[in-house]
Amino acid sequence: MKPLIALRSVAPLLLTGILVALVQGSLPDYWYFVLVVAGINIILAVSLNIVNGFTGQFSIGHAGFMAVGAYTAAKIVMSTRGLVSTGAGEQLVFLGALAAGMVTAAIAGFLVGMPSLRLRGDYLAIVTLGFNEIIRVIIENSEFLGQATGISGLPKLTTLAYVGMAAAITVMVAVRLLQSTHGRALLAIREDEVAAEAMGVDTTGYKVRAFVIAAALAGLAGGLLVFYLQLCTPKSFTFIKSIEVVAMIVLGGLGSVSGAFLTAAVLTILLETLRGFSEYRMVVYSLLLIFFMLGRPAGLFGTREIWDLLPRWRRKAAAGGAP
Amino acid sequence: MTEFLQHLVNGVSVGTIYALIALGYTMVYGVLKLINFAHGDVYMVGAFSGFYISHALGVEKEPTLAKALAVFVGSMMICGVLVFLMERFAYRPLRHRARLTALITAIGVSLFLEYFMQLSGWFGPASAPFPPGPTPRFFPQPMSFETPDLPLGELSIQKVDVISFLVAVGFMLALQWVVYRTRFGTSMRAVSFDSQVAGLMGINVNRIISGTFIIGGVLAAVAAILVASSRPSINPLMGLMPGIKAFVAAVFGGIGNVPGAMVGGLVLGLAEEYVAGYLLSSYRDGIAFALLIVVLLVKPAGLFGTFRPEKV
Repeated sequence: MKPLIALRSVAPLLLTGILVALVQGSLPDYWYFVLVVAGINIILAVSLNIVNGFTGQFSIGHAGFMAVGAYTAAKIVMSTRGLVSTGAGEQLVFLGALAAGMVTAAIAGFLVGMPSLRLRGDYLAIVTLGFNEIIRVIIENSEFLGQATGISGLPKLTTLAYVGMAAAITVMVAVRLLQSTHGRALLAIREDEVAAEAMGVDTTGYKVRAFVIAAALAGLAGGLLVFYLQLCTPKSFTFIKSIEVVAMIVLGGLGSVSGAFLTAAVLTILLETLRGFSEYRMVVYSLLLIFFMLGRPAGLFGTREIWDLLPRWRRKAAAGGAP
Repeated sequence: MTEFLQHLVNGVSVGTIYALIALGYTMVYGVLKLINFAHGDVYMVGAFSGFYISHALGVEKEPTLAKALAVFVGSMMICGVLVFLMERFAYRPLRHRARLTALITAIGVSLFLEYFMQLSGWFGPASAPFPPGPTPRFFPQPMSFETPDLPLGELSIQKVDVISFLVAVGFMLALQWVVYRTRFGTSMRAVSFDSQVAGLMGINVNRIISGTFIIGGVLAAVAAILVASSRPSINPLMGLMPGIKAFVAAVFGGIGNVPGAMVGGLVLGLAEEYVAGYLLSSYRDGIAFALLIVVLLVKPAGLFGTFRPEKV
């Protein structure tokens, strides 16, 4: 069984990589751009869903972790410029920088999560928001990080294949996490924190771990974003970006991986095609948030996955035990 | 020494404004356990209501006391109505749902107010279109202050700051009287203690909650007019930072606690002013959040709050 499971984990990654690598050459520039943005939003939404959806905590500072990852990666690549030749060496440095960005974002997630996750939901929301703002203030005041203008002139290293593979990794992490002991513990915390604690679930520990995983993935998304835009400014990581991601998972259903995936993709493509109405973009987001909360607070999918809605698969799932 | 006193004056002047906004947060949290995220934007709407009323009355050409009062009362009324509608249609239907649902709705309301006001104008004159659009607008002085600043040696205290300090303190004292000396205040404290039992005792809980929201909205409007009178540039995002900082002030004082919010506001105003003045001027906006994190770590219930353990 072991190799089969390993194959099952790696296969989606390889498949996405190969598929996207084949397709990306023939895409027109505009659609290439839209798909990159959609992929990054998918990473953000699915990873935030680990905290907000699975664990039932409420983080609204996801963009802060993006910023940490993005600036780390940008600084590393910029400081090794000239040392490595373009081509394979540069790609290796880029991948290393992305990984380093994930690590620093994870550390930031740990530092923020450790104290604040002992607090109740709404306080956590404010602390994450505060963290997002502190990061912005620090960046805008730090000469090392380029202040408000940011770091420009980054090489364009992000390709659609990388974004697709990162999105596949994120979705896999989320799905596999949900089916593991850890995931069950997270769901238990979401359903009833006091009861979970009484059952012996180390609630703070699991919450911090969920936070760290989500932060690391956000750092990855941040790194991919700035190497696509070739520009790393604090403007890309404001509170509004965090809210956009929250809106995506709230609409898709808190706790549904496929819901987050679909809404992130559909909303991004929809909003990019409706660029002409960009003035109304945030008005529409806010109204959607309000009306969904009033009418269908569970979001489009609730905690269900899209495959739960297909009768044949549901029967199989019921028999096989997989959720 | 003069510098120290100057920072003190500025800190108190900013602090009273934070305190006025923080009161709205803390009272709503007290009765509803809801962080009304849109409260900072009510403050912004207060400033813009004052702006439109001033334009309608022609305050720019000849400011008088009567017009200043009209601007004041008018924007208080507009904010009162706004928060009443907000509570009635956005928060009340969610009162018995999970608390995060209401919080997300509050964020939605906040974003809606911010971005609706940033749309380019639909109607109205070019100098005051509605919605106002993202560019900052100039808030006309509601009164003219002919006499120069108070003569206090090196120290500069603007007259408008003195007046706004007095007005703010007046409103806080009035609030203190309402909360602790009137029937409404008693009911409010009862609802905050246990809304279900308060309802059983014959208190109209819905009316008390509406009333609490309205008081908070009115205080936000007062704060907005006072700020706009001395710093006349207003824009649709002006409520974001003061709103968040006032929330920090409320948490610092112990959220749900009325005197705590006042003290919290003053402490935050002074802390910002002194840190910005003596240490790192550009980190002003970060101080509130650093303070928040420290408070939550050391004393999560705030200065005057009581920690209530969660019961099953």
